[in-house]
Amino acid sequence: MSTLNPASQPALVDHAHAHGHHHTQSFISKYVFSTDHKVIGIQFLFTTLLMLMVGGALALGVRWQLAFPWESMPIFGKVFAKDGGQISPDFYTMLFTMHATVMIFLVIIPVLAGAFGNFLIPLQIGADDMAFPVLNMLSYWFMWPAIFCFGMSFHAEGGAAAAGWTSYPVLAGLKEAAPGSGAGQTWWLVGVTFAGVSSMMGSINYMTTIINMRAPGMTLFRMPLTIWSMFITAILQSFALPVLTAAGFMQLFDREFGFCFFRPAGLIINNAAPTIGGGQTLLWQHLFWFYSHPAVYIMLLPAMGMVSDMLACMCRKPIFGYKPMVYSMAAIAGLGFIVWGHHMFTSGMNPALGMTFMISTIMIALPSAIKTFNWIGTIWGGRIQFNTITLNCLGFVAMFVVGGLSGIFMAAVPVDIYIHDTYFIVAHFHYVLFGATLFGVFGGIHFWFPKMFGRMMNDTVGKIHFVLSFIGFNCTFFPMHLLGVAGMPRRYADPYMHPYLEHLLPMNQFMTISAIVMGFAQFLLLGNFLISIFVGPKCGRNPWHANGLEWSAPSPPGHGNFDVPPVCYRGPYEYSSPLAGDEDYLMQTKYLPPAERKKEADAHFHAEHDV
Amino acid sequence: MKKFWCLFFIFWPLVAALSFIVAPARGWWFPGPAASPLGSQIDDLFYLILVIVSVTFVLVMAAMGYAVWRASHNTEKSNFTHGSHSLEVIWTIVPAGILLFIALYQLDVWAQYRVKGRFPKGVLTAPIAEVTARQFEWRMRYPAPDRKFANEADVQKWLRQPEPGDLHSVNDLHVPTGTPVLIYLRTQDVQHSFFVPMLRVKQDAVPGLVIPVWFEAINEAKNVNPQLQGVVHEWVCAELCGWGHYKMKARVVSQPAPVFRKYLADLQREELDDGAKGAAPVAVVPGRDADLSVAGKQPVGGQPAVNE
Ligand code: HEM
Ligand SMILES: [Cu+2]
Ligand SMILES: [Cu+2]
Repeated sequence: MSTLNPASQPALVDHAHAHGHHHTQSFISKYVFSTDHKVIGIQFLFTTLLMLMVGGALALGVRWQLAFPWESMPIFGKVFAKDGGQISPDFYTMLFTMHATVMIFLVIIPVLAGAFGNFLIPLQIGADDMAFPVLNMLSYWFMWPAIFCFGMSFHAEGGAAAAGWTSYPVLAGLKEAAPGSGAGQTWWLVGVTFAGVSSMMGSINYMTTIINMRAPGMTLFRMPLTIWSMFITAILQSFALPVLTAAGFMQLFDREFGFCFFRPAGLIINNAAPTIGGGQTLLWQHLFWFYSHPAVYIMLLPAMGMVSDMLACMCRKPIFGYKPMVYSMAAIAGLGFIVWGHHMFTSGMNPALGMTFMISTIMIALPSAIKTFNWIGTIWGGRIQFNTITLNCLGFVAMFVVGGLSGIFMAAVPVDIYIHDTYFIVAHFHYVLFGATLFGVFGGIHFWFPKMFGRMMNDTVGKIHFVLSFIGFNCTFFPMHLLGVAGMPRRYADPYMHPYLEHLLPMNQFMTISAIVMGFAQFLLLGNFLISIFVGPKCGRNPWHANGLEWSAPSPPGHGNFDVPPVCYRGPYEYSSPLAGDEDYLMQTKYLPPAERKKEADAHFHAEHDV
Repeated sequence: MKKFWCLFFIFWPLVAALSFIVAPARGWWFPGPAASPLGSQIDDLFYLILVIVSVTFVLVMAAMGYAVWRASHNTEKSNFTHGSHSLEVIWTIVPAGILLFIALYQLDVWAQYRVKGRFPKGVLTAPIAEVTARQFEWRMRYPAPDRKFANEADVQKWLRQPEPGDLHSVNDLHVPTGTPVLIYLRTQDVQHSFFVPMLRVKQDAVPGLVIPVWFEAINEAKNVNPQLQGVVHEWVCAELCGWGHYKMKARVVSQPAPVFRKYLADLQREELDDGAKGAAPVAVVPGRDADLSVAGKQPVGGQPAVNE
């Protein structure tokens, strides 16, 4: 079944039957310790949605403190904070640290690669499962130790990790440096390592599966952009992650066994005896960002791919510039490895490095721009359908533009001197991570839900959810740009003790209220999602009239995915093709008689030469 | 409904553009124009990028809005096209040009700010002070007013070893106005960051490193505090350093050179005063800065020290 060079002929091997003997399974092996990529994907989806709410609650804690400093927080305050609901400054540092940790390691990365990657890769390339199903199952179950460790971090003595998701030493590296740098930080490091192992297992699987298990006819350049993005993401993951894991172990060794990778000599922390050492704290920053910059693309590329698929389908039009889309994703991934220093412009590293990183960083905006233009080109001349999916995709594009453009300010080193570590940065990454990725995910949930559960989600509720989230999002995060320009540093429990920031309180209150609205709007999504699983209207195989192989499988697909082994005859975006007759889509699996095929090939020749 | 969605997306760029127009008047903007020449250059760059970015943003959103508008009124089959080679070329080359321009245009400001060879002449061997960050305060060590440094090696020696005539203060850095000044920045414990928003300088204080930072404060008459005869620039910490990160409140006071010299002289007198009336000054013991920390400490709210 491995088809490194898939032939364009119908397959002789019946994929579905190869796994027929699995069909009688116990509940546990079917829904809990399942090796079926669809179940695992849905498990990831449930888990990440749950974690989204946890991370959101932590964020509301942060926002509460910024809007109503030192006042006791209702509901959450009673649960989290110790002193009658008041958020103490050290608890504040824990809140934003754990908020970022949960959102990055337990929501964004696993929802893209874990949930959608798992669910979509075999279905879209026409495989019956992943290459390594057991590894796949482990990749999900390794999330739980990570969740457990992050949870333990809160219960550790001194409290949760509090050195930011970036965990810069010496703050994170020495136990006496902060209350959260005790056991809480150790749990954090172990947790991140587990999350990393989970991602790594996934990545290996995705790469292998995509390279080896494509259906006959599914050549590389016939793969949906979702698959391309998952493929590139998996490559990024597997090259970047080992560095983070190693760095995590180094910090662990520094902390627990008296190593001194990151600890220079002679520091006097909290009146303890001077440190013994000889290490370099900047080394951590280099290693950390060598992972974490590629990681921000790990947190974005799959969403880009998914949005490309959805947008083409909802505009009933081929994606504009398929190959440029692929190449620009590859360029983002490649350049993504040589820009990490833009997080360190003010760190005191060699100024020549600052210049090089600045140029590479500014150039990485280019592929991002190309992708944006191609999305607009896709909409142009299309026939758009305004449903929840389209709206979320448009939201994705618009928000990504804002985030990409704000990146240019920060990539400009001299400007970054001023705005580094201010709220401008916070605005930037929320625009790309929430504004872009999360809206893409919202769209993706609505789009592939029918395939996951065989039922449709409610579109009206979806639209209300979109509008509330979109408005809430912009009202929460757009003003952060302005706060950043006003010089408000990030990670301040009480900015207003500085006279030049005093007048920003009303603005922050407005943002917090918007955030609360946005937070509660997510219950609409959850409710819509959970209720639709049981009562949503049933749908057929292809409710969106989309082209991908996944839509030729039953909804939901049974074990082994395809009842008719798929053969791929063309690219995934032949919407409104003249060859489709009355229909405005031409599925990848649709067989056309030879005469028509020749026409198609000719048309394609021209299309290729247009691009 | 179609109309509603088109307007919905067109509405937001307008709000964004509008917000940049009202923001400065409402104080959601720079805390005043830069009080330093290099800072003004940074502001200029910021505004240049703001213009380029805003124009791009409005154009892109307008294009998207229009495309959506058209696509929502399309009653026929979509236009069956897979792309356009020439468009791809155009929208690769044009942004590339603009981006490259931005990249190269600003190198010079960065070089002036950070490349030692481009520092104003002589500042490296005439440091105003050594600034040491610690949880959660800033400590100044000025060289004795008559201390001259022969060369950089001499400065290094001073940085390694406190000298008897050194003057100390906490959370209060005084500098002469109208001339480039240089501090050597370091930290005694975790990482901190020296951030003076009005001067547009920021530099991390990195454990194990001593980093020279230069800036030049220009006093604008209307900002001068008559008591200090100088301008107070608020100074904060910009790198997470623990629970008290937000309260590392300090100030940089830029004063005309004579006033600054007088400040140092006063500091010297205060520091040499052992309380015995009329007694000759006693030699200063290195390391007594620890006791001084209380004197300049800002009143701070919040929490008692952690890690009891
Ligand atoms: C369009 C190209 C982009 C450019 C030029 C750019 C540039 C930058 C720069 C220079 C910084 C460091 C700012 C500072 O700390 O002073 C930064 C931070 C960040 N960027 Fe981007 N960025 C781009 C796109 C993205 C994308 C697509 C994502 C994620 C999907 C992203 C996520 C982040 C995050 C998470 C941070 C902050 C991390 C932290 O300090 O906690 N960026 N970006
Ligand atoms: Cu980055
Ligand atoms: Cu700090």
